[in-house]
Amino acid sequence: MKELKINTKLTKEILVGFIQNETRKIGFKKVVLGLSGGIDSSCVACLAKEALGAKNVWAIVMPYKTSSQESLRDANMAAEKLDIHKKIVDITGQIDSYFKNFMGASQIRRGNKMARERMSILYDFSVKYEALVIGTSNKTELLLGYGTIYGDMACAINPIGDLYKTQVRQLSSHLGVPDRIIKKPPTADLWIGQEDEKELGFTYNEADKLLYLMIDKRLSDKELIKVGYKKDFIENVYRRIQRAQYKRKLPLIAKLSERTIEQDFRYPRDWGR
Amino acid sequence: MNFKIAIAQIDVVMGDVSKNLSKYRDYIKRARGKKVSLLVFPELSLTGYFLKDMVPNCALRIDSPVIEALKKESKNISLVIGFIEESEDFKYYNSSAYLEDGKVIHVHRKVYLPTYGMFEEARYFASGDSVRSFMTRFCKMAMLICEDVWHPSSVYIAALDGASVLIILSSSPSRGITAGKKLSSTTTWETLNKVYAQLYTLHVIFANRIGFEDGVNFWGGSEIVMPSGRVAVKGAYFKEGLITGEVSLDALKRERIFSPLLRDEKAEVTIKELERIVSQLKTIKNERT
Repeated sequence: MKELKINTKLTKEILVGFIQNETRKIGFKKVVLGLSGGIDSSCVACLAKEALGAKNVWAIVMPYKTSSQESLRDANMAAEKLDIHKKIVDITGQIDSYFKNFMGASQIRRGNKMARERMSILYDFSVKYEALVIGTSNKTELLLGYGTIYGDMACAINPIGDLYKTQVRQLSSHLGVPDRIIKKPPTADLWIGQEDEKELGFTYNEADKLLYLMIDKRLSDKELIKVGYKKDFIENVYRRIQRAQYKRKLPLIAKLSERTIEQDFRYPRDWGR
Repeated sequence: MNFKIAIAQIDVVMGDVSKNLSKYRDYIKRARGKKVSLLVFPELSLTGYFLKDMVPNCALRIDSPVIEALKKESKNISLVIGFIEESEDFKYYNSSAYLEDGKVIHVHRKVYLPTYGMFEEARYFASGDSVRSFMTRFCKMAMLICEDVWHPSSVYIAALDGASVLIILSSSPSRGITAGKKLSSTTTWETLNKVYAQLYTLHVIFANRIGFEDGVNFWGGSEIVMPSGRVAVKGAYFKEGLITGEVSLDALKRERIFSPLLRDEKAEVTIKELERIVSQLKTIKNERT
């Protein structure tokens, strides 16, 4: 879809500026990220290196015993290619130790726990290396809610949260992310054989085109049907976006006073910076 | 007559007037070094843009020490500044001031406050109610602030009121990434500046800031457009810098001989038709209520 095409050079310039500017303003010189071997974290690692220099980027690779060897290999390859700091922290011990007490825990519980374990490790290394946690969730995932709240969605700044998956692919290719990483099927790799597109029931290509028209261009359902989208698909995607709204917001606060945080106590985050 | 002007395409610290004032001073010093006669700063560049509840905290009275300090600076270089103005009855305006020879020559209060999409100005600011040109030591000029320029009537008034130079102070956020060479916000502004310069045969001085506020980027790209529509000077995108150029009243004269559009403008027709339209709108409104 030609509307989803982006000027990758211009995008890179803005995102590199974003990382430099917002990192410095928060008072950091370094960033730390979870590097999975997938396209999103590889893309962010490239941008962070461009912005801050290789020596200021920490990539933490956090495999679990069932994580695919391919992911681990690709994460290592990406880190080595970029020449950024890399640390491998195997989370098997802490995950298995926890679930020993909850043997029948569902895949979702296990997956969420892993995502949050990784988050807590990133925030621990954030203190150790004085590095800001930089996020790797793209716009497609954020809209569809395909992520764990306070898990992989947790971060201080996110350079790719306004780029759809298909746009992250274009940018990654421009940034020199290895082809193998760009072309392999996207996976959260929380359990064996998991693939985003199988789990979602549609491809990112299909979702992105619809999301672009629905969100960016504000087409109504009627108009979307007219340009060829199935009602079921539209409703499915719409429901997902609506259901995941809580993941994109701060917790609700019961209003009592004259000035309540977020309601009528409204300051930018870059307040005084 | 020609005179040298400069645009301070700067980043701004949100809500920290004293830090921004020291940047102002730095740029004034640099501009003086380059023998600049008029230096233009962007919209709200003494305060920052997406300030929300900070607005009253960084507002300045026109007789405040900060403005007094800048008035003093204006003794040998004329200055256009962007700030939050607190009025005597405690209204807050998104304002610009033209300072010259130690005096405030003119204050423009932004008339059109964007309050849609990513913008929420009318929540925090009162809107101005006039567009005027004013005499400077060089020629007649007018100041407009960002969204004002998206309403062609503002520029029309400024031009008919005799402005030879239109100063636009802007904090234009980057948005609309496509496959195209430029952001859609950039393309639109560059089109507007060119069209207005040419249609109203005047110099357009477009001062846009750079930097980020809560993840929102400002794209810079400040420019001076000649009355012919030719872009005489162009600032870099996304980078801070002092952009210098020239206003040429000789070029303006030639252009107005080639294209006497303003001479032929029929303000009476405009007024007559506007009065008719306004009265019809009133009638419709009254019928409805």
